[in-house]
Amino acid sequence: MQTIDMATTPLRELNAALQAQAQQTNQTQWVIENPKGAHAVAVGLDAPIEVTVRGSTGYYCAGMNKQATINVTGSAGPGVAENMMSGTVVIEGDASQYAGATGHGGLLVIKGNASSRCGISMKGIDIVVHGNVGHMSAFMAQSGNLVVCGDAGDALGDSLYEARLFVRGSVKSLGADCIEKEMRPEHIEILKDLLARGGCDAKPEEFKRYGSARKLYNFHVDHAGAY
Amino acid sequence: MCGIVGLFLKKEDLRPQLGTLLTDMLITMTDRGPDSAGIAIYGDEAGGLKMTIQSDTPAQTFDGLDAALSAALGAPVTMKIVDTHAVLSLPEGSEADARAFLKEKGIRVMGAGVSMEIFKEVGLPKDVAARFGIRAMGGSHGIGHTRMATESAVTTLGAHPFSTGDDQCLVHNGSLSNHNAMRRVLTEKGFAPQTQNDTEVAACYISSRLAEGANLGEALEGTLEDLDGFFTFVVGTKNGFGVVRDPIACKPAVMAETEDYVAFGSEYRAFAKLPGIDTARVWEPEPATVYFWER
Amino acid sequence: MDKTPQTKPRDSWTFSPEINAEIRRAAETGIYDIRGGGAKRRVPHFDDLLFLGASISRYPLEGYREKCDTSVTLGTRFAKKPIELKIPVTIAGMSFGALSGPAKEALGRGATMAGTSTTTGDGGMTNEERGHSEKLIYQYLPSRYGMNPDDLRRADAIEIVVGQGAKPGGGGMLLGQKITERVANMRNLPVGIDQRSACRHPDWTGPDDLEIKILEIREITNWEKPIYIKIGGARPYYDTALAVKAGADVVVLDGMQGGTAATQDVFIEHVGQPTLACIRPAVKALQDLGMHRKVQLIVSGGIRTGADVAKALALGADAVAIGTAALVALGENDPKWAAEYTKLGTTADAYDDWHEGKDPAGITTQDPELMKRLDPIEAARKLRNYLAVLTLECQTIARACGKSHVHNLEPEDLCALTIEAAAMAGVPLSGTNWIPGQGGF
Repeated sequence: MQTIDMATTPLRELNAALQAQAQQTNQTQWVIENPKGAHAVAVGLDAPIEVTVRGSTGYYCAGMNKQATINVTGSAGPGVAENMMSGTVVIEGDASQYAGATGHGGLLVIKGNASSRCGISMKGIDIVVHGNVGHMSAFMAQSGNLVVCGDAGDALGDSLYEARLFVRGSVKSLGADCIEKEMRPEHIEILKDLLARGGCDAKPEEFKRYGSARKLYNFHVDHAGAY
Repeated sequence: MCGIVGLFLKKEDLRPQLGTLLTDMLITMTDRGPDSAGIAIYGDEAGGLKMTIQSDTPAQTFDGLDAALSAALGAPVTMKIVDTHAVLSLPEGSEADARAFLKEKGIRVMGAGVSMEIFKEVGLPKDVAARFGIRAMGGSHGIGHTRMATESAVTTLGAHPFSTGDDQCLVHNGSLSNHNAMRRVLTEKGFAPQTQNDTEVAACYISSRLAEGANLGEALEGTLEDLDGFFTFVVGTKNGFGVVRDPIACKPAVMAETEDYVAFGSEYRAFAKLPGIDTARVWEPEPATVYFWER
Repeated sequence: MDKTPQTKPRDSWTFSPEINAEIRRAAETGIYDIRGGGAKRRVPHFDDLLFLGASISRYPLEGYREKCDTSVTLGTRFAKKPIELKIPVTIAGMSFGALSGPAKEALGRGATMAGTSTTTGDGGMTNEERGHSEKLIYQYLPSRYGMNPDDLRRADAIEIVVGQGAKPGGGGMLLGQKITERVANMRNLPVGIDQRSACRHPDWTGPDDLEIKILEIREITNWEKPIYIKIGGARPYYDTALAVKAGADVVVLDGMQGGTAATQDVFIEHVGQPTLACIRPAVKALQDLGMHRKVQLIVSGGIRTGADVAKALALGADAVAIGTAALVALGENDPKWAAEYTKLGTTADAYDDWHEGKDPAGITTQDPELMKRLDPIEAARKLRNYLAVLTLECQTIARACGKSHVHNLEPEDLCALTIEAAAMAGVPLSGTNWIPGQGGF
């Protein structure tokens, strides 16, 4: 196991060491100490390594992750796992705004609450939030799945495309073009798998599914008020 | 566009450390605003009125100022010089006369109140904090700001916090979009901002609402109705500390609370050195929601 | 026989036939007019400036014999690998999706032959484009369509797009006709829908956040790639200063004549400032921060001739970018398709319904049959030729002003033909030493 202490190692060295593992995969276990809210921790990784960040991170932790498994024991700042391609990112605490923004793939698990704009413009990523999500979550979400075990804030799924949203608790309000949809057996199966992978013991049957009404897909003057 | 920090102590024992805690918080926000920095600190009440003044030529300006002001007011005045700033202690009820005297001399008043002192200058937060010896200051609560100027000038007066009423101060992260129209409305009402800074418009707005009889909560609620754009405001009053974010809430804001304090930061890393932060309740203020603590 | 003179029918200037036609169109459809291109109204432009040239007080250089260098280095501030260009003209960002694959290929080939860079757009990086562009700038846009770390590392520089001259403050729009299967796949969208691009980035707002975003991108790309920040011509002084404060290596400034694949006409014609008016404030911002020539400035929006290039450089730009002009060079709006333009209800040189994907020239389309009309090799050669002419023209002017490098052109080499242009460009009205409006902008 390799340990990097951010109190003594510059960010550039830290990321360079982790990014270099794409070619050298012997060292598969890494621990990062003393992040103290630093930005851009463990970004641009591209190897099947496991990184544990002991503490809380600032903006864009695990940004553009590929393959790696990154675990943050504290909370994560804005844009955690933004544009993730693959791999797994687990936040033990809360996540700030834009968690999983524009993510193309992989799994993001937030064990606490996620703030506003969770899954904004998501493009294939799966996000499992054990707690609540803030307002404008899944705004313009294109594909992938967002699972919320707690409650969702205002304007959930505004201007939604084809992403699937599953919420167990209450939804403060739905955004433009987002509607509740029937939970069919195939959705229960998808959700069951996501909950298992997200380490969540909630029952799929307790969730409601939300998706796009697809009324904004092609302009019609009668829907102009939603723009 | 900036970094904000704020700390409101719930218990007496941390009071001597307030300046040090705030300074460390402020320095972590340097990247968010390298242009200027400022701090408003609510310290001991001396029984009268404290007025913080500023001069670009402190050696000449402050020389004999206390005696001259004392003579003009016909009452005792003491002065504590801190770099480019000085804190005058005046008898209660003498504020208007003192302001007139200082205005005639061309001396800038940064703020006044029974407990608030305010220090701000162009430069990096660590340098600004060192110049004013913020670390050594004690108090009950304080607010700090690091500024990345957007449209108004990088000057001392353009730095935050802005104080437009006794013991009131406000800092801002964001960019208002209707501040010019609001500036005209406030000027009509007699609360004219002194700078072109959008933040001062917000400070004047709060002062005008308080003067009209609103409480701080109502004044902060009013910003959601009357001010447009992107903002996170943190305000201080003699006994209180408040936070409000605009309904879109894009600018970062995070809060932490323990039995000892309530803290505000633009980013979590502002909290890294606070005692007990690992077990604090940490959350992000909701959009269009007013938070307020008062002792 | 009644000889009473008749009044002639007279069109209203306020309610002109064009305005009335637009009112009728709006009443019929209920949607604003969407089109491509940039502002079509006349605004003060480079044509309103003249170079003074050398005679006795200044000595000119001999054409073809005495050297007049045109090389440009972009991204010298923080990036380990700055971009070296042979000419001060680059190809602006245009998306695959808005343009066909062969058109993107032609841009890459032509730019490479000319020794300059080309730029991706809202829709990700295609292999055609990467393969045929020696130097490729990868745009980082609010939509993040197709964004991935591999392409980020395959790029030669990264351009964070904050705004566009045709629509400062606006997002993008690609109508369903152009969302074919390939475009839809690249953007993770359903086929055939109207694609709406956001106006703000999804994970940052404002210069303080932007600074952190730049840090992240530099960390992912090993601090090698220059980071450009592209802004629309709205508040050029402040936006340039803030881009520099946030950590940009290069600022790309796009004036209101800059093109777009598709936006509301009202946005194109009524939001933003003319390119001519944007340059001096941006240069002033760089100078005030001590960063002129250290953070490079690329100006775009209505560059057509070598004279335009020379004038932009003289006003303080390090390079220019062309978009619409490059498309015209490839064959866009060519009168040889006149009959087809007529069928579409327009004429050659006026066709701007780029969003509809029916481009007779096969450039702004995803229709396989139309696309075949553009031979990327031949179109690339035309672009290369055109870039060569721009450069030769710019050199001709620079030599006439006695400059051995085009970057030595300066505002004092210029005068203005109109008071408006004099005020906007900050150069004297011809025949006078009067610069109107000095003292602020």
